[in-house]
Amino acid sequence: MPAIRTEALRKSYRLTTPIRQGSGVPGMSSGVSVTRAGAAPPQNGGREFVALHGLDLEVGYGEFFGLLGPNGAGKTTTIGILTTRMRASAGRAMVAGADVINDPVEVRRRIGVVPQRANPDRGLDVLENLVFHAAYFGIARAEASRRAHALLEQLGVGEKAGEKVDALSGGQQQRLMIARALIHEPEVIFLDEPTVGLDPQARLALWAVLRALHREGRTIVMTTHYMTEAEQLCDRLAIVDEGRLLALDTTASLRARAPGGTLIELTLDGSAALAAQGAAALLHVSEAEAMGNTLRVRSDAGGRVLSALIEVAERTGRHVRNVSLEEPSLETLFLALTGRKLD
Amino acid sequence: MPAPRARARVRASTVFVALLRRDLRVARKELPFFLLRTTMQPLLFLIVFGYLLPKMGFVRAGYQTTLLPGILAVSLATSAVQSVALPMVQDFGWTREIEDRLLAPIPTWVVAAEKIVAGVMQGMIAALFVFPLARLIMGPIANLSFGHLGDVLVITLLGATAFSAFGMWLGTAIEPQQVGLMFSVIISPMLFLGCAYYPWRGLDAVPLIKYLVLVNPLVYVAEGMRAALTPEVPHMPLPVSMFALLVIAALFWLMGLRSFRQRAIG
Repeated sequence: MPAIRTEALRKSYRLTTPIRQGSGVPGMSSGVSVTRAGAAPPQNGGREFVALHGLDLEVGYGEFFGLLGPNGAGKTTTIGILTTRMRASAGRAMVAGADVINDPVEVRRRIGVVPQRANPDRGLDVLENLVFHAAYFGIARAEASRRAHALLEQLGVGEKAGEKVDALSGGQQQRLMIARALIHEPEVIFLDEPTVGLDPQARLALWAVLRALHREGRTIVMTTHYMTEAEQLCDRLAIVDEGRLLALDTTASLRARAPGGTLIELTLDGSAALAAQGAAALLHVSEAEAMGNTLRVRSDAGGRVLSALIEVAERTGRHVRNVSLEEPSLETLFLALTGRKLD
Repeated sequence: MPAPRARARVRASTVFVALLRRDLRVARKELPFFLLRTTMQPLLFLIVFGYLLPKMGFVRAGYQTTLLPGILAVSLATSAVQSVALPMVQDFGWTREIEDRLLAPIPTWVVAAEKIVAGVMQGMIAALFVFPLARLIMGPIANLSFGHLGDVLVITLLGATAFSAFGMWLGTAIEPQQVGLMFSVIISPMLFLGCAYYPWRGLDAVPLIKYLVLVNPLVYVAEGMRAALTPEVPHMPLPVSMFALLVIAALFWLMGLRSFRQRAIG
């Protein structure tokens, strides 16, 4: 049984007024609101807005799964439904063996959620935040306190236990949110854009934390609109846009699907014109051009054409001074799938 | 990796108690501010109408007997409303702090029910705080009777529940930007037209208002308090006040829970 399975999951809102660009969904000021700047036009003459069009997903236990897409793609809606904070309009979803629609209480018991914006309980101090959250899951105070200290320590904020929440930096608050999501030992952890608003250093530190959690064998589902974040962390990715699943595969396979393939540049010790002609005839080379002493080639077989390219260059009497490879990126794949850039 | 082994479900009552402990913990930290915020207005009323005006001779001596139950009703109502409505407006409006409780493994309505119960407790604490101060400010109060403490308790509980649940509805149904409006358009008229500062029977002189104010739940708290604490003052029959409060509390309870659910789950 997978950790998560959704079947034709759909979310739509009935609208009283048409959506204005950049505004939240009217009449839906609660839950996690979907901001749709420049997104799909409302259907049925502005009466209905579809945030999610029949999503089918499966995530296995132990996976680090990413939902990648621009703002308003339906990532937060998906997480909202899977974490029982939003009602699906249609379809089915099972999380950690429990039905999201029919048994949300059981789902809540089995998941941990790190929200998009840190929302610690400011009436309580750091430790209390964790101990009370554990109490909501029926964990006794002594055990909760033990786990809380251990988690804070593990996440590098051990010395902050007695502090007020407001004394923590943004990155530290996000760690507190992770500790809170973990304290009841959930089977699946959801993170909704966990690094938005963090400075680069805090982001890298958070990545390290997430990698460590993944190594412990935890099942992690994360949304992000940062390409690099998805590439760096996730085993498998779903690329979503305008409420639809565009691609679903391992991060490496998705990257390989990026059109144009790998960009290879060979710097030669003289003009690359002849070498370019030879290179264009090679198998797996889609494009070859000479730019002065530089031979620029696109390959759909990654670096495997490299030795052949070097041979071609040497046959033309040139020596290779420098070689660079640029892997195909999710950015180019997203561009090809949607015709738009991600950010 | 295989699915982790399942653990036992948590009892909703256990979670309810944990939620209540959280609210009381926070309330205890904020107690002085809470009391200042909710009892300042009734206390100032006591000083002006229960102490200064009688001293000046503008108000007849027996007025304090009428005023005391009304002031208790006001303290109870405003603190119960505020201790639920304000956190709701904040939590759903911008801080989203309540989300950690919405992720607790219990039905969503239990979270709302707990908030209402916590509001009832805070309302009762505020009323209990005002009572000795009222006695201190106004001096001995004629015809004050402690013979029906059971009735006092029932009215207090019903009144606090009605207003706490009302706070739940206000706090979740009203947009955060309109909180100021809520106070001037709903709360203030309620306080002034709630028979707190005059007995309902006194409105015999103005029949239109006498019957219009019956939609105001505060009337039944104040009149119920009068019936239980100062039975000598003309008042609405106690069973009528109790019944009205029961109906109002049940109605607001349902409205509050429903509105909370709509806010909590998108």
